[in-house]
Amino acid sequence: MASVDGDRPFPPGDYDVVVVGSGPGGLQTSYELRALGIRHAVVSADDAPGGMFRRFPVFERLITWTKPDAPFERGTREYEWFDHNSLLAQEPECRALVPEQMDRTFDVPSREEMEAGLAAFAERARLQIRYGCRWESTRREEDGFTLVTSDGEYRCRAAVFAIGVTEPWKAPIPGAELASHYVETGDPEQYRGRSVFIVGKRNSGFEVASGLLAWAARIVLASPRPVDTTKLGRLPVRARYLQPLDEYGRGGASAYVVDATIERIERREGGFRVVAHGTTWPGDLFFEVDDVLIATGFRTPFLDLTELGLATVADGRIPALTRFFESVSLPGVYFAGNASQGYSGLRKQGLGSNSSSVNGFRYNARVLARHLAETRFGQRLERPVLERDQVLPYLLRELAVAPELWVQKGYLARVVSFDGEIRDEGIVPLEQFVDHGGPNAVAVAVEMSRDAEIHPAVYIRSQSRLLEAALPPHPTRSFDSEAHRRELATLLDLVG
Amino acid sequence: MTGSAELVDVLGRLSLFADFSRPELQAVAHAVDEEMFGEGQRVLRQGLTGGGFFIILEGNASIHVDGEARWTLGPGDFFGETSLLTGGTPTADVVATSLLRCAVVPGPEFEGFLLARPRFLYRLLQAEADRLRNALAWRQ
Repeated sequence: MASVDGDRPFPPGDYDVVVVGSGPGGLQTSYELRALGIRHAVVSADDAPGGMFRRFPVFERLITWTKPDAPFERGTREYEWFDHNSLLAQEPECRALVPEQMDRTFDVPSREEMEAGLAAFAERARLQIRYGCRWESTRREEDGFTLVTSDGEYRCRAAVFAIGVTEPWKAPIPGAELASHYVETGDPEQYRGRSVFIVGKRNSGFEVASGLLAWAARIVLASPRPVDTTKLGRLPVRARYLQPLDEYGRGGASAYVVDATIERIERREGGFRVVAHGTTWPGDLFFEVDDVLIATGFRTPFLDLTELGLATVADGRIPALTRFFESVSLPGVYFAGNASQGYSGLRKQGLGSNSSSVNGFRYNARVLARHLAETRFGQRLERPVLERDQVLPYLLRELAVAPELWVQKGYLARVVSFDGEIRDEGIVPLEQFVDHGGPNAVAVAVEMSRDAEIHPAVYIRSQSRLLEAALPPHPTRSFDSEAHRRELATLLDLVG
Repeated sequence: MTGSAELVDVLGRLSLFADFSRPELQAVAHAVDEEMFGEGQRVLRQGLTGGGFFIILEGNASIHVDGEARWTLGPGDFFGETSLLTGGTPTADVVATSLLRCAVVPGPEFEGFLLARPRFLYRLLQAEADRLRNALAWRQ
């Protein structure tokens, strides 16, 4: 498919799609586009696959689990739920590659193991990538875009940016420029006996705090939003980094976890003074510390896309996207990988997606590729025919084990249509089913109640009317139980 | 609008937050999510569970009841509170009629958001009272 320039694929020229990036989002997108026969180029400024995992996390240990052994055999679709880090493939030799790399010190891979798993995927899937080719600017054309790169110009009808959310971002706090960002955290030894103030109470803040617990004399974690640990399923911080909270909860003065806006950071002789204003308690606090680390996250490196009209959310850090991961304001520009979190889904009960991690965005990439194939390149993808008596056991099984539904709760759904023939419409964004209309059909999803209880949900579209039913939870999440079978059977009778 | 500094400014101009100091506005800016919807996208769905409390920051939306457009909303207007307060499902669709930027309080957090901010609650009640009075006047 690719023309070759020396030993480098994808020379500048015209392509249907150009994918920018060779992290997990770019790799998965290219794999899916190739599987659908869509002519595309992949360009990357890096010189090897892996994206952010070539450098991060700082403390070299991921927060997303992979259980090398699980109730389902490695390499099966059901196993994907237990392996949140491997990319997806049809070929057995390309599946579940991260657990192969793991030494089982933990049930989450090290950074190095993750990078090796991604490199193994690129190699075994024989993905072609033009490395060392930096996207530098963008021009809008009548029928698409031109991406200007360090190697020349790439014209395309659609561009998929899998560029991560990788540019260090500091919250706009007076004096933040005096402090280091998370990415500049040095060896933990250099914080020995020091007092360290960390701005941010999400994953990177807690990761750094955990990493420094054994070295620093005192750690303060502060940000406006409280950490609510009562509902683990909804917790924005992975429990594996909650050690600082444990230390704070037990008392003493070595760790503080404070809910406060940071008013300003001032340089003082030999250190810093931080002024904080309480959000869940009244009053101000003043901290004299040796170091300040800003762990308020990252932004998508948009280059000139915002000047072309790309709308963003979250302090300009994330692209605002449709349910098919296209910019809401710049048609033809799509995002894959971590930035696909810019589509937040229905957010029923406030529940967010897993689109900011590999486990979620690997499925988004598949949805995106299918969407591009059908809406931009005239393909009609196969929708397997089901017999009527297959539908009930099929949907029950999906509810019980489908990794797409379990990872992307209330976000992706399995849809079966009843339009003369009964057809499996595949995995689609739940919002598409709810809002788009169409023939009689059923969608099943896994959702979470406001009390963080996981339960199956069924949506029935019959004569253009939509019915929603929450099925009961189950203590062992056996959503294919007899009780669920009965309820789903009754609902299916409504549709055909 | 590109930063939380700007979000604070936008919130500060809304009558709902008229009594808030800057630090209080900063805390609000961190307690809400920012969401953006494309033209034609549904924001709230009549009869379906879920939803949240939405305050329009930029753009416009229309309210549809049983498929019929009833009202238009613009910057500073809010919606979604009725179903959250009554525990029911939304009584109308809300559809973006332009690019629409909203501050959103997720449904499960709405009660806590209100109870922590009595001055906001009072302003919200004032706005609801206005709506009720207008609705009654319209009926007469």
